Amino acid sequence: MRLAWREALLAFRRAPMLSALSITTIAFSLFAFGLFGLVALNIRKALIEVEERVEVRAFIVDGSTSEQTGAAIADVRAFPEVATVTMVTPEQALERARRELGEFKDVFDPGILPASLDVRLKEGYRDPQTVKAVAERIKTYDFIDDVRYGEEWVQKLHRIRDISTLAGTLLGLTFAAVAIIIIGSTIRMAVLARAREIAIMRLVGATDAFVRSPFLIEGALKGFLGGLLALVLAWGANEIIGRFVFRADFFDVRLSLLGVLGGALIGLLGSALSVGRHLRDV
Amino acid sequence: MIRFTHVTKEFPRTGFALRDVSFHLARGEFAFLTGPSGAGKSTILKLSYLDERPTSGEVKVAGTSSVTITGSDVPKLRRKLGIIFQDFRLLEDRTVEENIAFALEVTGAARDAIPARVGKLLTQVGLAAKGMALPRELSGGEQQRVAIARALANDPMLIVADEPTGNLDERATRGVFQLLRDINAAGTAVLMATHDLELVRQAKFRTLELNHGQLVFDSGEPAPVAATGDDA
Repeated sequence: MRLAWREALLAFRRAPMLSALSITTIAFSLFAFGLFGLVALNIRKALIEVEERVEVRAFIVDGSTSEQTGAAIADVRAFPEVATVTMVTPEQALERARRELGEFKDVFDPGILPASLDVRLKEGYRDPQTVKAVAERIKTYDFIDDVRYGEEWVQKLHRIRDISTLAGTLLGLTFAAVAIIIIGSTIRMAVLARAREIAIMRLVGATDAFVRSPFLIEGALKGFLGGLLALVLAWGANEIIGRFVFRADFFDVRLSLLGVLGGALIGLLGSALSVGRHLRDV
Repeated sequence: MIRFTHVTKEFPRTGFALRDVSFHLARGEFAFLTGPSGAGKSTILKLSYLDERPTSGEVKVAGTSSVTITGSDVPKLRRKLGIIFQDFRLLEDRTVEENIAFALEVTGAARDAIPARVGKLLTQVGLAAKGMALPRELSGGEQQRVAIARALANDPMLIVADEPTGNLDERATRGVFQLLRDINAAGTAVLMATHDLELVRQAKFRTLELNHGQLVFDSGEPAPVAATGDDA
């Protein structure tokens, strides 16, 4: 293993330009991946913020007793999907409507708005089906007049989320494939450049695993360094955007580490695919 | 040490390289392989270190049969052999010492033991003072000596040499050949392909002559030595 590491590092020293070129190419494809990742991350964050506002509003029939509503609040609060239940009196509803409608605040007369239960759902339970199910369950109470939850809006929100997840996955896979192909071809060049050495290794009795391991290490190292460079580039791009356009979230430490390790894994995969195929020709 | 039994080798594009070749090289024996270019000498050598497999027949080398060998057994076999080529096949960007150490390292020799072993091998081939030189700084004869030292690194039972003096002048040829004789005298079998008929005539070792892929002459196996047995 020690020799394999030495041989892999020697490959960098012997062909520094080629190594730098492949690391840079890998870095740029991972950088493109990273930029899209940042966009996806920020879209996701924005969607989560919007999602937090998903609420089921159950209007209470006039004249319901506070015992009835008190029991109902306790009941609904016990639903596994429910995060909070807030009782909104007609006065509070009026105040809120006036606050939200600004210049039209005077259109409402006192007592025109009914009391309601505002139900917010836990994260992970804000999909259209769950929201609808909770709304229908609340509707079964006698003293509930009507339940509103912006069905169309919730569905649209989830469609946007599904599309952005799908697009993110597809683009991610595309960039990963590009990086694998790039690493594969640089390893192919390395294999061909060292064909003589490989032939000698085999003649003196090196096993295939032994011949392969320096190339695998080389690929993983290139992927790792490319990933690191891509992270620095993405950070720089994020800073520039933050300064001149708008402040966006950057990857946290866990995601950054995952990205760099992902680069190493892509490098390993690219070289494994390439070495397996090309060693047979040497 | 080597036993060819009705070996035929056919390549898909170039046709037959060997037809029904049978011979046996005993442990510790020295044999020349002669014949014109394209006669099949290199094919016999490649079959000997199982770089090629026979189309039919069986090659048995150091107890390993071409019929039963698996891919992972090939490196094990190669470690019992030393292989030498006309063009030396040294790593140009490494010193003489590193070239020899490389053969030991790839076969998993103990790291601590490598420098002493390399020094001993260099002394054996007469290049003790050239350990730090790069191959291009050496003469052809010296480069072939380095290749021989590398071939000896793992204490082989058999040296397979493909025209080892083909690129050398007469003086260097004599030196390299003497070295191979010394190695043989110490008990290692040698199978050497050569065009140098003068060398063959002078040395009086067993000669196998090939022509058009067939064994057309065998000067004969030496008289059996007690306890040698069938050691292929």
